[in-house]
Amino acid sequence: MKIATKYHGEIDIEEIIRFENGIPGFEDEREFAILPLFEDQTFFVLQSIVTAPLAFIITNPFIHFKNYEFDLTAETISQLQIKNEEDVQTYTILTVKEDIRDTTANLLAPIIVNTKEKIAKQIILHETKYETKHLLYNQTIPAGQEE
Amino acid sequence: MLVLTRKLHESIMINEDIEVVVLGIEGDQVKLGFKAPRTIEIMRKEVYEKIKQENVEALNSSMDIMKAFLNK
Repeated sequence: MKIATKYHGEIDIEEIIRFENGIPGFEDEREFAILPLFEDQTFFVLQSIVTAPLAFIITNPFIHFKNYEFDLTAETISQLQIKNEEDVQTYTILTVKEDIRDTTANLLAPIIVNTKEKIAKQIILHETKYETKHLLYNQTIPAGQEE
Repeated sequence: MLVLTRKLHESIMINEDIEVVVLGIEGDQVKLGFKAPRTIEIMRKEVYEKIKQENVEALNSSMDIMKAFLNK
């Protein structure tokens, strides 16, 4: 299936992930594709199937935040029809800033994908210390690597 | 907006399967309890608004910046 995208131009996609309730702020957007942003498979784009400009840069939060953890609620497990832990893929939406050091990850509302059933949801954690803005590169970039 | 007055421990039913109970009143704070099916999501409005706002802000992300940063 050919779709227009924000970052990849017009491309062929094979897999559509369904968000039954859309995502907060975009409740009518139900279908997305997850596309690798670069070859290194660290960053991805959550691209709306129908709205080309609607695309989020996402990443695996556990790579960047070693101590990040939360429990899925029984509600989420049932809504996403999760049967095996291995079917679950977690992403976090990034807010990329002009100065890359200001780029933040939304750890309060991770995206949970059931890769087997191809359904997903941006969940909102309850009773948690996590926030919508956690610096992705919170360590100072060593001198010499700055532009 | 429908307005109903309730006392401590009294409830409000929404449809036949959602119940909101007044569990406590202390100064300017009201403690509410919710009984609802699993599919009903209940959360503080300001939290949902914050997520919405962050999602909108995240949309302004630019790949050029990512590219420039990751360019090796």
